[in-house]
Amino acid sequence: MAKKQAVSFKLNGKQVDVLVEPRELLIHTLREKLQHTGPHIGCETSHCGACTVDLNGMSVKSCTVLTVQCQDAEMLTIEGFEQGGALHALQEGFTQEHGLQCGYCTPGMITRAYRLLKENPKPSEEEIRYWMAGNLCRCTGYQNIVKAVQYAAKKLSSASA
Amino acid sequence: MIPRDFEYHAPRSLPEAIALLKQYGDGAKLLAGGHSLLPMMKMRFAEPAHLVDLGRLPELKGIREVGNALHIGAMTTENDLIWSALVQKKCPLLVEGARLIADPQVRYKGTVGGDISHGDPANDHPALMLALGASFVLKGSGGERVVPADGFFLGTYSTALKPGEILTEIRIPVPAAGTGWCYAKLKRKTGDFATAAAAVLLRMKGETVQEVSIALTNAGATALKARKAEDSLRGKALTDAAMAEAARLAMSICEPAADQRGDVEYKTAMAGEMTQRALRTARSRATH
Repeated sequence: MAKKQAVSFKLNGKQVDVLVEPRELLIHTLREKLQHTGPHIGCETSHCGACTVDLNGMSVKSCTVLTVQCQDAEMLTIEGFEQGGALHALQEGFTQEHGLQCGYCTPGMITRAYRLLKENPKPSEEEIRYWMAGNLCRCTGYQNIVKAVQYAAKKLSSASA
Repeated sequence: MIPRDFEYHAPRSLPEAIALLKQYGDGAKLLAGGHSLLPMMKMRFAEPAHLVDLGRLPELKGIREVGNALHIGAMTTENDLIWSALVQKKCPLLVEGARLIADPQVRYKGTVGGDISHGDPANDHPALMLALGASFVLKGSGGERVVPADGFFLGTYSTALKPGEILTEIRIPVPAAGTGWCYAKLKRKTGDFATAAAAVLLRMKGETVQEVSIALTNAGATALKARKAEDSLRGKALTDAAMAEAARLAMSICEPAADQRGDVEYKTAMAGEMTQRALRTARSRATH
């Protein structure tokens, strides 16, 4: 067995250190070693987007990233969205617009939408659909997910205006 | 789904990466964006003993204009290409192609160099590179060589890269002003590989085709340059009949592998259809 490696990164603002085999996938480290079970395992083949986390300013599927690749990284998962008891605008949007039914895809959806709105604060509906296409939802038909992202975009841009 | 055990190396310089490849030989694989290799490792189709991660080599990233060419670092990601104002201005075909690759998350990680080096005929950059007449800079312990895209792709997962070599840069001659372009890709859904796709560059002189370049994705063991189809169009008017004949000639070189996307006959027909659609769109974008 290859020697375990120490890996340090920032997770939702806190420094964490883990000892992992090189072959360990980030999603397994997050869920099993760091008890961050918000990012879900849907397909484990980089199709569904349920395991999406924000890594160094990129939305990535954490089932297709090795934990050893994350040395010195800055990471955000769904656990880092709520601040001081207040929901993030995206969490509020998904609630208000009924952007979920079973909720399995929601952490990935919200985490992906977060980066999308950072890059494009006022996306058109078409842009939302194109840039959210890496996240699958089998319940909603996507309509209310788009509305939820639009809700958050509006709220965030009025807050920063 | 957990890969087989391996050792991980994160070199901090290109010479260090080349030395690691030399040291571990056949047991080593290069890790770029990881969105082809890691899935293969998780399925245990690939079981390298050593993984050499190119992710910490900033010299392999970035897009520069050098003379009349674009020089693109091999570790430049698909989203980097999509968001590059320089690429959009000088080589919109590449942006159109990158926008049709995989999905947003994969495009943050997937690299142009990885897509090319993997040698998968279902990947999109090989045909784009053939159409653009690109060349590739390959570096190894013996030095550097520059090879044309045409001739680089030898078979499925097989390229002209020699053991110990790393693709470091992609060089693309900037198409002449007024050149029309299109990457027409048929896929079943976001994230799927092409059922068939065609990359076209087209330069018109009045109603006549002055220069044309056509390459096909996922229509054979490698990306294919449709030379006979190109020859049939040069110096001719781009009529419906001429485009249909070019499509027929493009289809004549197709040997796609049957899979869930379709049988050989269907995929061949779609390669022809994509050729026609790409020609039509390129025509509408050509300005001379």
